[in-house]
Amino acid sequence: MIEGLNPGFILIFGALLVPFTNGIIRSILLLTLPVLALAQIYTLGLGTWGQYEFLGLSIELTRIDPLARIFGTVFCLAAFMGMIYALHVKDTVQHFVALIYIGSAIGAVFAGDMVTLFVFWELTAISSVFLIWASRTERAYKAGMRYLIIQVSSGVILLGGIILYYQETGSIAFNYIGLTGLASGLILVAFGIKSAFPFLHNWMQDAYPEATVTGTVILSAFTTKLAIYTLARAFPGTDILIPIGGAMTVFPIFFAVLENDLRRVLAYSLNNQLGYMVIGVGIGTELAINGTAAHAFAHIMYKSLLFMSMGAVLFRTGTIKASELGGLYKSMPITMIFCIIGAVSIAGFPLTGGFVSKAMIQSAAADGGMVVIWLVMLFASAGVMDHSGIKVPFFTFFAHDSDIRVKEAPKNMLFAMGFAAFFCIGIGVFPGLLYELLPYEPTYHPYTAGHVITSLQLLFFATLAFALLMRYKIYPPELRSTNLDFDWFYRVPLKWLALYTGRLILIVWNWILGIANNIVYSVINTTANTHGNGKILARTTASSTAVMIIVAVLGFVVVFFYRFLQQPVPM
Amino acid sequence: MSKPDDEKKYWLDEPKNIDKVFYAVLILCALVAVPDILSLLNILYHKHIEFEFENIFEFYSLYGLVCYVGLVLIAKKLRNVLMRDEDYYD
Repeated sequence: MIEGLNPGFILIFGALLVPFTNGIIRSILLLTLPVLALAQIYTLGLGTWGQYEFLGLSIELTRIDPLARIFGTVFCLAAFMGMIYALHVKDTVQHFVALIYIGSAIGAVFAGDMVTLFVFWELTAISSVFLIWASRTERAYKAGMRYLIIQVSSGVILLGGIILYYQETGSIAFNYIGLTGLASGLILVAFGIKSAFPFLHNWMQDAYPEATVTGTVILSAFTTKLAIYTLARAFPGTDILIPIGGAMTVFPIFFAVLENDLRRVLAYSLNNQLGYMVIGVGIGTELAINGTAAHAFAHIMYKSLLFMSMGAVLFRTGTIKASELGGLYKSMPITMIFCIIGAVSIAGFPLTGGFVSKAMIQSAAADGGMVVIWLVMLFASAGVMDHSGIKVPFFTFFAHDSDIRVKEAPKNMLFAMGFAAFFCIGIGVFPGLLYELLPYEPTYHPYTAGHVITSLQLLFFATLAFALLMRYKIYPPELRSTNLDFDWFYRVPLKWLALYTGRLILIVWNWILGIANNIVYSVINTTANTHGNGKILARTTASSTAVMIIVAVLGFVVVFFYRFLQQPVPM
Repeated sequence: MSKPDDEKKYWLDEPKNIDKVFYAVLILCALVAVPDILSLLNILYHKHIEFEFENIFEFYSLYGLVCYVGLVLIAKKLRNVLMRDEDYYD
């Protein structure tokens, strides 16, 4: 392979071959490219390649260090998994844009400078929107538009930040930046949009559930984790990220309790999981950054698994509304088992991925004596147990029987889910393998008696709470509904504001146009009244009359001036 | 998508088995609560704590239970404010 080629390019160039293939060749191509990219990461090892001088800027196309490597690795695994899951899809557009999207996400992770990062950053936005539009519904089209506007804005803000940063420092190298002023602030906001910071988050809950069955699985893995990676590189130890992350862990879980669309529940849950990672970046110690990286890795596995299981349910039943589902354990038992594996992993039961990764961030907060954020995270852990641990599997596969009887998910979907489930359990049982990939020396030991017992206490008593609330019919029923979130502000008042501003501009324009018209008309009228046919200045008269008038005027002038000039001029 | 009449009966179709699941959860909770009792009596299990309040008897169990119930009840109240028709934005 080409020395120093950014592994992302393997998928991007590979995507260009997609239109020329079909059938089994296409499938082999789709599955081979992520494997080649992974092989490229590990044959290159650690280092930097592809430095160029371009318009006085130092471009560095490929930089592999341990932080980038763990994200790149899990991206390749997620790509492989997503491609297996999507093998039954016969849509060339989706295959093509999915590869471009994943390739640019991997490319961004291995970018050594911010200009390269920016190019890949925008490419992820533009390519990914086609996975939403591929649903080919009116809703998906509109949601995709909102998604695209927000994602591209993130890129534009990033570019502004990079330009200012270059003016300040003369460097575009992508390393630690830290929050110091306007330039770094803009860069942080750009990263924050894609990390779904509070108030900047709605693009995710809005658009992800509208994408295709396979599109959502692929979308959920890359954009937000790329943003977490960039935060971890540029802003570790930035204090403001701790409260931001804390808010992210808490507010989405309330929406997740209420939401009826189960893929939207998972999008809120994803938002909540990102919160832990943002807190980890904010704490910024070696343990916390390790925790963030490990959590991103484990999270991609169990979150993909959950999205895949819900995708399979949507694929078979045609709906993903909790109010319409239930009792599917009878017809989709294998999908149910995989869903439950994902659910216990995200909840953080011992022997699963969530247990060995989230605990590092929790522990880093305790080491720093951060009581409040520690309690917030513990609260959020109980919340995760509700929406992803219990609600998603319970209302899909159990609860009241919806009498929906379908076939088990297609084999390729089951295989992809099995792949993710293998990692969820594998990471939990052999955390050492994951810890070896971490950016810093792993010092954390998850399997202490205290950690196992306290986790089980928290999770089992949360389950008990659910059992009690269900038994006494206090748990809110699943209802067909829309729940207002921050996007209301730009989907209702801002939309009306825009419409009314447009209308106001139209009224003012018409008014100005009216006045101008009146002026023009009055000029025309006046002219017509004076110079018009038969009007005073256009009247035709006999030439003798004209001669008489001229002679009279001349006579007057001659007599008058003659008399006047006779007078001696007083000096 | 149709439900055959002669479909086999599943174990969970029996209402009294749902009760059994509930009691199983109760038993599991009782089991994981035991170490705190042992710790109180200073046998076998000693808590390694970061914060003082972790010493509270059954801190994690109570925290999990209370947070969960609180979360659901608050969310239920929020529904009054936030819930709209399914096609609200359409």
